[in-house]
Amino acid sequence: MEIVIASTTGILTAGGVYLILRLRTFPVILGLALLSYAVNVFLFASGRLAVDQSPVLSKYGDATYTDPLPQALVLTAIVISFGMTAVLVMVGLSAYFEAESDRIDIEPAPAGEDEPEEDARA
Amino acid sequence: MTHLIILPVILPALLAPLIGFVMRHDMTLARAASVAGTVLLVVVALILLGAAADGTTHVYRLGDWPAPFGIVLVLDRLSALMVLLTATLALIVLIHAIATGWDARGWHFHALFQFQLMGVCGAFLTGDVFNLFVFFEVLLIASYGLMIHSGGKERMRAGLQYVVMNLAGSTLFLFALGTLYASTGTLNIADLAVRIPEIPADEAALVRVAAILLMVVFAVKAALFPVQFWLPATYANAPAPVAALFAIMTKVGAYAIIRVHTLAFGPGVPGTDGLIGTWLFPAAIVTIAVGAFGVLGARRLMPLIAFSVVGSMGTLLVAVAAFSSEGTSAALYYMVHSTFAGACLFLIADLVVSQRRADTLRTMPPTLQNGLFAALFFAAAIGMAGMPPLSGFLGKLLVMDALRDPGMMAWAWTAILVGSLMTIVGFARAGSTLFWKSTALPAADPAAAGGPTPVPPATSAQIAPAMIALAVLAGLAAFAGPVSGYLEDTSAQLFDRAGYVAAVLGPGEEG
Repeated sequence: MEIVIASTTGILTAGGVYLILRLRTFPVILGLALLSYAVNVFLFASGRLAVDQSPVLSKYGDATYTDPLPQALVLTAIVISFGMTAVLVMVGLSAYFEAESDRIDIEPAPAGEDEPEEDARA
Repeated sequence: MTHLIILPVILPALLAPLIGFVMRHDMTLARAASVAGTVLLVVVALILLGAAADGTTHVYRLGDWPAPFGIVLVLDRLSALMVLLTATLALIVLIHAIATGWDARGWHFHALFQFQLMGVCGAFLTGDVFNLFVFFEVLLIASYGLMIHSGGKERMRAGLQYVVMNLAGSTLFLFALGTLYASTGTLNIADLAVRIPEIPADEAALVRVAAILLMVVFAVKAALFPVQFWLPATYANAPAPVAALFAIMTKVGAYAIIRVHTLAFGPGVPGTDGLIGTWLFPAAIVTIAVGAFGVLGARRLMPLIAFSVVGSMGTLLVAVAAFSSEGTSAALYYMVHSTFAGACLFLIADLVVSQRRADTLRTMPPTLQNGLFAALFFAAAIGMAGMPPLSGFLGKLLVMDALRDPGMMAWAWTAILVGSLMTIVGFARAGSTLFWKSTALPAADPAAAGGPTPVPPATSAQIAPAMIALAVLAGLAAFAGPVSGYLEDTSAQLFDRAGYVAAVLGPGEEG
């Protein structure tokens, strides 16, 4: 169980970081999605791993229970990352249509010194 | 009084959808509602400041759940100060955006503006780190919309970079919170302040990881080296009033560092002792250098100002890194100053750029109000670079005075003094190119064949917000005594961890 959770988090994170470094809109969006999956799994594990336990305390018995808080945190994180991914897709699409390039980085200005408007990083 | 604490969050949160859905086709109504809401926010912030000034830590329990289980909002001197700072800055920026017509150049400016205020105020008031994450996301998602307001090729691309950078930062924030929860079992800041010191130093590896991860996340917001690189491209390509409003966003990062690291990972905690100072101090020194070189090297006006903002964040965090009561009160004074100085420069730059129709630093025929703009730019640049008589000088003096620790003094003083000199040179070069050398050229001939229609001179309503921001800087300098008195009390309260913990967790507090 532990090895599965740990390796899943690690592989998802590694894949996400690799895709973000590709610096093109589509891989970056996928990479951020993978990273958010990784962090969701990680948040689950932060409440300790317990299999087949209810997240509610029972006053009728001293049954063990799993920590409910990380589940609430994960739910919040999923909603937020879903919304953020939607925003990112929209911004990425408009940037692509405006600039006709799907690169995330902004290229330095072409050699001419007289048009520094193109040079966003100065 | 008790329910007033949540008003800075509720008020913009209710107003924003109203503006967005009901008033979307009526710009006049939207403007009136937005201004009225922001004025009300200033009033609420003033009342809250009055309530917090006596040193009580007011706690507001959401849903009346007791503290470690429910979410609390905490109002102390620092929160009240930051909310007031946000509200005042927002009002200045809002008037500028309306007077210059920036708000009409795209959709939903006012709704996004109010959502932004909600997120910033919430981040300043919350007493729970996961809730801090949620408010960060609220302010970020509003800032994405504001950043790409009115569109354009360069702005969309810079906006995309900004969104990607911050989404990666948010993921890192969640990793940090997961680590923190796994090692302490709580996310309430007061509860963390109780539990982290109980962890023995040799078992605190996970807490140290969480502390450093949180540090990196807040450093992304505060534009600290080595994660400062998003700021110049973002601020330089954002609409100028939005860049001026973003002056508070970097301060959210600095606030979070101060709040979380004084309370939870503060000095004297065995697990994380000295960790923050060790990493924060050199990073802040490098940030000052990055800002200074950027100011010298910038070829456009907006990046020049953006780099000066980076430099000011470096100065601010050097003072925070001292982790002493004097250091923090100096940092807070400089924080208030640099917020208004940065915003003021962006507002003036907006006027200059819209008159010149270009923000490149090269000589062009003088604009109609060359003298006025030159005077405004000169005054704001003096404030930013830290020369008397404006508050930047006093701020830097306080910061340097607080950094008398022999291990830090040589580095910090050299960085701040040399950085200030380079900033002065950069601003002087920019100002003389923009305003002084321009007078040698003949005035632009509006009747030139095929030339663009002449730009009307800036109206007094367009100049007033920048003037108000300058007046605030002058006021900060004139009333430096009372202000720094309040700030000394503030930082004394910050370092009184027991008081905060008792107010939040203790029984019988007002709710």
